Amino acid sequence: MAHATTLEHTEDEYEPSLTPDSLGKLGMWIFLVGDTMSFGALLAVYAAVRAGAGVIGWVPPSAILGINLTASMTFLLICSSVTMVKALESIQNGNVSRMCTFLGLTILGGVIFLGLQAYEWYHLIKHGLTLTGIPAHGLSGEAISGSTLFGPTFYTITGFHGMHVTGGVIYLIVILIHGLRGRYTAEFNHEVEIVGLYWHFVDLIWIMVFTFIYLL
Amino acid sequence: MANTHHKEHPKYMNIFWWLAGLTVVEVGVAIPEYAMVLKAILLIGLACAKAALVANYFMHLKFEKRTLTLIVITPFLICVFLVFMLMPDLTSDTRHEGIAKPATEVVDTSH
Repeated sequence: MAHATTLEHTEDEYEPSLTPDSLGKLGMWIFLVGDTMSFGALLAVYAAVRAGAGVIGWVPPSAILGINLTASMTFLLICSSVTMVKALESIQNGNVSRMCTFLGLTILGGVIFLGLQAYEWYHLIKHGLTLTGIPAHGLSGEAISGSTLFGPTFYTITGFHGMHVTGGVIYLIVILIHGLRGRYTAEFNHEVEIVGLYWHFVDLIWIMVFTFIYLL
Repeated sequence: MANTHHKEHPKYMNIFWWLAGLTVVEVGVAIPEYAMVLKAILLIGLACAKAALVANYFMHLKFEKRTLTLIVITPFLICVFLVFMLMPDLTSDTRHEGIAKPATEVVDTSH
């Protein structure tokens, strides 16, 4: 009796074995935690560079960057996160065509986001924000001066995020192709959930980037 | 990590309206000119609230094991610690004097 009780107790103490779906999810979470450190380090360096600009000063981001456009980009990523959860919800209810529609809308959101980022970069570069310099005049035409590290920090952080969006769009396209071929069902859909984790993370990081780079 | 929890879907549209609303509030908070410290506290608070909504409901962190939440929060805490560790040095006025002094001494010894 005593032996049986001990065995039962031991079994309770251990985690259940990793299954194919939980293994994939765990793998994605571990990657995301590592990626958080990458973005966190970039943002910490940005804070350090900005605080350390000292006497040269740091141009207020609102003088160079258009907040309205990036607020729309933030809204767009939030919308694409909603379509992503709707895609997962659909397949968990066994509706494949609805899942494919929502995955397609998520991809569209990502592509439009990238298009807007390319548009923003093009105008900023044309305006004089480069890796080595800042524009002589702000958005409202006032003369501005400050640390030339504004450009490198801005392009590195938003570029790193843009690469994640690009990767996410490719990843979503692969999952959509699998979906169209009938790979996912109400019982087998953990791959859709895992791509969702990645996509929501990209949205979450943009929320931080939007705050630190554009608003503050 | 159990899959069983996901059948009970959170109300995603409610989360969407919260996120959209908080984004509008963020822009409203960011545009006027006032004390930078207050602005930073408000904006970082709003961003953390939005991030928590995305992680808890869209990424289902709220419905996972608590250990996972602790693991995920750790890198955020490390990054915040990193920033605060650097700040006292970066915001100190003495650093300019510290850089200027040795340079003057080098010039003096060359004569």
